[in-house]
Amino acid sequence: MPTDRKRRKSDRQNVAELRTRLRESASFPRQVIAEIQRAARTGIYDIRGFGAKRRIPTFDDLLFLGASMSRYPLEGYREKCATNVTLGTRYANNPIELKIPVTVAGMSFGALSAPAKEALGRGATIAGTSTTTGDGGMTPEEREHSKILVYQLLPSRYGMNPDDLRRADAIEVVVGQGAKPGGGGMLLGQKISARVAKMRDLPAGIDQRSACRHPDWTGPDDLKIKIQELREITEWEKPIYVKIGAARTYYDTALAVKAGADVVVLDGMQGGTAATQDVFIEHVGIPTMPALRQAVEALQELDMHRKVQLIVSGGIRTGADVAKALAMGADAVSIGVAALIALGDNAPELEDDYNEIGSSAGYYDDWHEGRDPTGISTQDDALAARFDPVLGGRRLANYLRVLTLETQTLARANGKSHVHSLEPEDLVALTIEAAAMAKVPLAGTDWIPGHAKF
Amino acid sequence: MAVEFDLRQKSTRELNAALHRLNGSGDTGTWRIRNPHGLHTLAVGVDAPLTIDIEGHVGYYCAGMNKYARITIHGNAGPGVAENMMSGVVRVTGSASQYAGATAHGGLLVIEGDASSRCGISMKGVDIVVQGVVGHMSAFMAQSGRLVVCGNAGDALGDSLYEARVYVRGTVASLGADCVEKPMKDKHKQELEGLMNEAGITGADAAEFRRFGSARTLYNFNVDNADAY
Repeated sequence: MPTDRKRRKSDRQNVAELRTRLRESASFPRQVIAEIQRAARTGIYDIRGFGAKRRIPTFDDLLFLGASMSRYPLEGYREKCATNVTLGTRYANNPIELKIPVTVAGMSFGALSAPAKEALGRGATIAGTSTTTGDGGMTPEEREHSKILVYQLLPSRYGMNPDDLRRADAIEVVVGQGAKPGGGGMLLGQKISARVAKMRDLPAGIDQRSACRHPDWTGPDDLKIKIQELREITEWEKPIYVKIGAARTYYDTALAVKAGADVVVLDGMQGGTAATQDVFIEHVGIPTMPALRQAVEALQELDMHRKVQLIVSGGIRTGADVAKALAMGADAVSIGVAALIALGDNAPELEDDYNEIGSSAGYYDDWHEGRDPTGISTQDDALAARFDPVLGGRRLANYLRVLTLETQTLARANGKSHVHSLEPEDLVALTIEAAAMAKVPLAGTDWIPGHAKF
Repeated sequence: MAVEFDLRQKSTRELNAALHRLNGSGDTGTWRIRNPHGLHTLAVGVDAPLTIDIEGHVGYYCAGMNKYARITIHGNAGPGVAENMMSGVVRVTGSASQYAGATAHGGLLVIEGDASSRCGISMKGVDIVVQGVVGHMSAFMAQSGRLVVCGNAGDALGDSLYEARVYVRGTVASLGADCVEKPMKDKHKQELEGLMNEAGITGADAAEFRRFGSARTLYNFNVDNADAY
């Protein structure tokens, strides 16, 4: 008769042995199995927020060379490294002047609570940059708290009106976004509160699916006239941006320039969304890094680089990302998901609250459900009241300043007195994929895949 | 005395700038604009109760985002006439191209001839009265307001519409997803008569119209509607 102690020991051995014999399928790992089970249970595709979660080539696969014998660095604290950006120099009578090369991307009131929108405005204003409306119109809160506010013209035209056009500092015609190039907006019934419904002229509580195409223009020839209309209404004062999701970026950038854009906003596939089908987020569009290179090539070919400014977004997290994007030819970058995280999204202090809604800090992406314990991605008044827009704004400003300081650090290390002086020649790639996509050489070689030498 | 403006002598920019100088003024003056010759973006962004007569055909987006003004186009209108209008009255004595009254939030758009496809697309409170026919996909995703069609309607009328009401006197080639015929009650006849009076349309009897609106089955996701998605 085995003793209890012996039996427990043998059970442990059996379990340990079993574990080593269990083999997870590469084709059907647990997350895939769970999704099939979820689909079979519900009959509807998975909708979520956040951006692409799959592993893709990113700016992390690039390195700066720095300075040494052949290049002079700048002194870290004594020699100035400027960060200012001017947007809209092509046609606008009143171009936008930013203190830093980082802007806050369009996120709607509806997707976000009113205090969260206010915080974005506060943070951007403290840091000397712009923030952007979204698919739902302009709220008085965000206008009041944003020194520089970009007003989006989207296919839905929710809340679009000439008074807000005139109140805006720039106008962004949204053709697409990186999370879903070719997809329209989505806001589920849980977030269509009475105020959101009124602003969008929709019945409260419906599952809103916005149009993916603009209602009154098709193609760049029409868009050119649409942009002319916007300029006429606003006396040619305001820069007109055209935002595209990263798809056929070379051609799309060239066509945006042809249509008369002052600024092209390019959003890569890592770009965030408040609510989109998971299959769309993960399988449509190209990463930010290769898209950026294609956009810059299109601008250079048209002799429009630095004349039509380029803002790139999608997966910008650190000053290293900012500096690399600028080195590849962007004039500025834009942040969305990172800005929400700076406000407090996915905060570990709220782990218990996240657990209660079936998630965990660091994983939470069900922004479409409106149950956000931080009060950011919700229209529930009680949840929204938890969010402090002054503190949120301060945190965003801090984060924007860190991004800027990090960018300056890298620019100085490469001997640049302005962040715009960073250039592709300052970069090398760590992987063959990144070398091919960014068209910079593999580190330690002069090899750019697909690039024959002359 | 009407203000005379000749687009052979002055530019579109000069016209719009001159009109915008009166924005917010409450000016009720009359403007006569000659020789439009199909130019785009004429009289856009007006924000005053002016009476504006445009003597000829216009291109894209004429009277776009209008507030308060009564703008009459004595001719045909290109795409997007009165797009995103907020208030006022825009009248086209001829026919209108695609997306007439697109996304308009208020006011009245009268088209005395025919309107092409996507008339009233994403309309958000405007009233549109068309004396002739409308093309396909009219009132697509129409949110609110009323579309009155005295002639026939093309394919996929009212596809995915929300709370807008659509009245058609002639035939309807086909209805779009979630658009259904609804009973014409007395209050609808009264509403229709009021709209036709306001539009100055005579010779059409409200009793001859049918009413269409949303079946509201696509308002919330439902697996059983997958065939309609």
